Amino acid sequence: MDELLLRRLTPSVLSILVRRGADFAAAEDAVQEALIEALRGWPATSAQGSPGSGSPVRDPKGWLVTVAWRKFLDATRADSARRRREDLVEEQPAPGPAGSVDDTLQLYFLCAHPSLTPSSAVALTLRAVGGLTTRQIAHAYLVPEATMAQRISRAKRTVSGVRFDQPGDLATVLRVLYLVFNEGYSGDIDLVAEAIRLTRQLATAVDHPEVAGLLALMLLHHARRAARTAPDGSLVPLAEQDRGRWDTGAITEGIAILQAALARDRLGEYQAQAAVAALHADAPTAEETDWVQILEWYDELTRFTDSPIVRLNRAVAVGEADGPRAGLAALAALDDSLPRHTAVAAHLHERAGDRATAARLYAEAARKAPNLAERGHLTRQAARLNISSP
Amino acid sequence: MAKYLLLKHYRGAPAAVNDVPMDQWTPEEISAHVKYMQDFAARLEQTGEFVDGQALAPEGTFVRYDGEGRPPVTDGPFAETKDLIAGWMAIDVDSYERAVELAGELSAAPGAGGKPIHEWLELRPFLTEPPTVTE
Repeated sequence: MDELLLRRLTPSVLSILVRRGADFAAAEDAVQEALIEALRGWPATSAQGSPGSGSPVRDPKGWLVTVAWRKFLDATRADSARRRREDLVEEQPAPGPAGSVDDTLQLYFLCAHPSLTPSSAVALTLRAVGGLTTRQIAHAYLVPEATMAQRISRAKRTVSGVRFDQPGDLATVLRVLYLVFNEGYSGDIDLVAEAIRLTRQLATAVDHPEVAGLLALMLLHHARRAARTAPDGSLVPLAEQDRGRWDTGAITEGIAILQAALARDRLGEYQAQAAVAALHADAPTAEETDWVQILEWYDELTRFTDSPIVRLNRAVAVGEADGPRAGLAALAALDDSLPRHTAVAAHLHERAGDRATAARLYAEAARKAPNLAERGHLTRQAARLNISSP
Repeated sequence: MAKYLLLKHYRGAPAAVNDVPMDQWTPEEISAHVKYMQDFAARLEQTGEFVDGQALAPEGTFVRYDGEGRPPVTDGPFAETKDLIAGWMAIDVDSYERAVELAGELSAAPGAGGKPIHEWLELRPFLTEPPTVTE
């Protein structure tokens, strides 16, 4: 049984149900139940390549549509909406392949609708478009399953009045996918890989340079994954990563996608961020990094976003391109309560040769660190300086 | 089975025996400490005694209701707060003795010089649901 295949079929199965007249919330529940039944009930026949008679594996999509539709009718019946059910049964099209219209894009729009909070949009997207179960999503975000179930059903209520055939907001879709990627905590489900899969699928449904930009950005960052943590689980900063462990396939693909997007001359924040990542990917060693160009991309990026993270990263780039003193001057213009401000200051002071100040700031940054991996990394930096210059 | 909370303090516990701030350790000592903590949690998962473990940022905010139609009042962080929790591990064990044994192991995590920190951990039983049999 191929779970990924099932998940890939989810959005088209869901949109078939919606086109047959089911409302989105009920259709989504029905598809989820069909998925769970498939995950539980499908024997490993597909792995053996000898599907028995009546095996659902021969036509997984037809099976999912049939079962989901039955689940939907059962639920409607249970709601004692008898009259409505009979109408629907009469409307039910003959079994067989569904129409060729692909509503996947509409599903992305609905699940990332601007009326949803980011956490709701993430959960709904992962379930309705990604085909993940509530339990898997709950595990990935470390919350109880009942909590995640509530979050999803509230999200569905929020979008219940949204018309399915309206054009949606691509920017919120991209933001949701970026969130899934960026907060891809570890667990049974690899949310980072899932974000890439969903962005790739989106890129086939809509032709837009920022979708390509986001996909390139994800691929270029994902390429560094193996090099980003040491065997003991500690963080390895970009400059110290073993570049031989970067995934060259992902880098090549990311750069090709980015170049095609940039050639269309409709720059946006994801393309600009991907360009920074591409320049890092291009440098055979950290010392050969083209910081001058990276700085130019950060300047472009600040036209699209006032994100404090971008301004902090720009200060780091200034420090590399024009020297640590210039970097510290750029940093001084920023609010020192920004996350990671102290860590950047520590790094720039160390590069400027002021190891005592750097050690003090690293220790302070460790106390403010938002996660244990960063805290450990920053504490080690402080320790390294304290040991060598007592 | 009984659940216990092992509380680790930034401030408020008696001083540890090997009481050296972590930024004065060597990077290798820090790694060894982190590994010990991870291994400890992994072992408790294996034995079926692990419930939850979380770390907390040192700085927080005090918040209270300030009356109808008014935003909540916030205050702090207070540098003088005596008791500052750093994190916890919740365990589900057969006996108080087992909880003490595990707390002792956790307190033996290596610190400066690779020697155990002998940190004081606070062991607090969870209040439970009332039992079915009452007589």
